[in-house]
Amino acid sequence: MDPAVETAIHAVLLALLVAVALIIARSRSILTAVMLTGIYSFLMAGVFLMLDAVDVAFTEAAVGAGAATVLGLVALSLTSDREAPPTQARWPALAAATAAGAAAMYAVFDLPAVGDPDAPAHTHVAPRYLAESGEAIGIPNVVTSVLADYRGFDTLGEVAVIFTAGIGVFLLLARRRDRPGAEGGE
Amino acid sequence: MTDLPILRVIAKFLIPFILLFGLYVQFHGDYGPGGGFQAGVIFAAGCILYALVFGLDGLRRAIPPAIPRVLAAVGLILYAGTGVATMLLGGVYLDYARLAADPTHGHHYGILIIEFGVGVTVAATMLAVYQAFAGRGETAED
Repeated sequence: MDPAVETAIHAVLLALLVAVALIIARSRSILTAVMLTGIYSFLMAGVFLMLDAVDVAFTEAAVGAGAATVLGLVALSLTSDREAPPTQARWPALAAATAAGAAAMYAVFDLPAVGDPDAPAHTHVAPRYLAESGEAIGIPNVVTSVLADYRGFDTLGEVAVIFTAGIGVFLLLARRRDRPGAEGGE
Repeated sequence: MTDLPILRVIAKFLIPFILLFGLYVQFHGDYGPGGGFQAGVIFAAGCILYALVFGLDGLRRAIPPAIPRVLAAVGLILYAGTGVATMLLGGVYLDYARLAADPTHGHHYGILIIEFGVGVTVAATMLAVYQAFAGRGETAED
């Protein structure tokens, strides 16, 4: 893709991200905020796609825009969709957010450029994965090789976390008569 | 359940394709973008769309609430059990090369099995959480 076109698409996506974030912060309706966070995730998926991280983009679109939005909406169905008026001054929160954002922006300048072949992430184990995973594991998608094979323990841990979180939510929220054996034990 | 015919017809038309796409993402993750996490969410999203349009009772008839609860554990056991199986076959934990005579095929089988475990757990957990949330809403309306 032409670098100028790429830069233009990045600029549009990032500008939309900032706009959506500001509207979320300004919005008094939580329903609006939930829908906009879904749109925010979808724009993020576009940014990841532009950075050639298709697997990450896919996850962001499915989990961030899909799952999180649906769960936000069902959670909202249990409560009011109007945000309570703030009871205390909000400027400390604004100051903290600005300071954290400024620190993050300062740190950005120390990051290696996108796609820099000398970046630490590209000089440690990545060359070995790229060079040998096709032969040793035999599947073309290196991301899947790393996720499911080289980093199999990490992924097992992630699945255990999802399972544990799901069980936790279920135990907290399930109605008594939905639970097995709850008939006699009120 | 919604009374809007357009919504019902479109949902009925779309849901099989969403579920099929979920399965494609699940089993094509070795070759293209995707894998168990994304597939699980897409599959669960298809089921949740059904619940949104045809009501939670409709989803309960299609998928009894006990099934996601059990499957959430089954997926994790499938993943962890693959590690135990490779140990029983003489390797270390999650050493997929032991799963077949040819180590490359073993890796391939291992990835397919554990990705399926991931997909099952993610889809089942999403559904169980959705049903827990949505079920509470029903109680509040009673």
